[in-house]
Amino acid sequence: MPIIIAFVAGLLMSAGIAYSQMIDPNKVLGFLTLNANWDPSLVLVMAAALAVYSTGYWLFGKKDKPLFAAQFSLPGKKDLDKPLVIGSLIFGAGWGLVGYCPGPALAAISSGSSGTLAFIAAMVAGWFISRKLAI
Amino acid sequence: MDNFTPYTALIGGGMIGLGAVILFVFSGRIAGISGIAGSALFSGDGRSWRLAFLAGVIAGPLLIATLLADFSYSTPELSWQVIVAGLLVGVGTGWGSGCTSGHGICGISRLSPRSITATVLFMFSGMLVATLLR
Repeated sequence: MPIIIAFVAGLLMSAGIAYSQMIDPNKVLGFLTLNANWDPSLVLVMAAALAVYSTGYWLFGKKDKPLFAAQFSLPGKKDLDKPLVIGSLIFGAGWGLVGYCPGPALAAISSGSSGTLAFIAAMVAGWFISRKLAI
Repeated sequence: MDNFTPYTALIGGGMIGLGAVILFVFSGRIAGISGIAGSALFSGDGRSWRLAFLAGVIAGPLLIATLLADFSYSTPELSWQVIVAGLLVGVGTGWGSGCTSGHGICGISRLSPRSITATVLFMFSGMLVATLLR
């Protein structure tokens, strides 16, 4: 059952990424680039996702455990440490360079585009580096 | 603002939130795409549900393509820029413990101070780099 839930969750999220056009890096760059043609669509994507998620989270999150698992697995860290700050700034720089964050890049894998595949290969290398090299 | 697409943005965003909250309600997990993918590749336990999630992520646009006849999207050209960007996104989300989904949607909904901070920072540097380059 956890396998089916995870598949459906991933499917819905990336179908939403595709339907909202956030799978298209030019669409995302239209939001990140502040000029006369600024495209606020990403704000509405975030707003709708936050409205749905926070409703579910605050209605259900007070329960003892999830429906099909023994316990909730939530991040334990609380402090605003150096890796969080530096890492997030670095991530944003890469995002603004090409317009891809991890979800849309992985969602676009079936395009077979050499640019998309190279981005994913470099991102995977980056994940590996971040696990080997602590800051 | 003639490229503004409010309806598809709202519906698509709702689908993203729904998928993420399903993972929380049924499995008690945070739907952070960078964390799930990184752990699927580089840590041993819990690999099967993470791979199933990634299979869903890959299948999503194929589903939309079968439902919508005119669905298409652009992809970047192969360049050094793409490789540098991929490295920055990988290292940055690794150190920063999350991306637009885990911090930006799940974390902000949970009112996590770490996620709110991370989202403000990656939005800031993303806008800075994109705006300076174009």
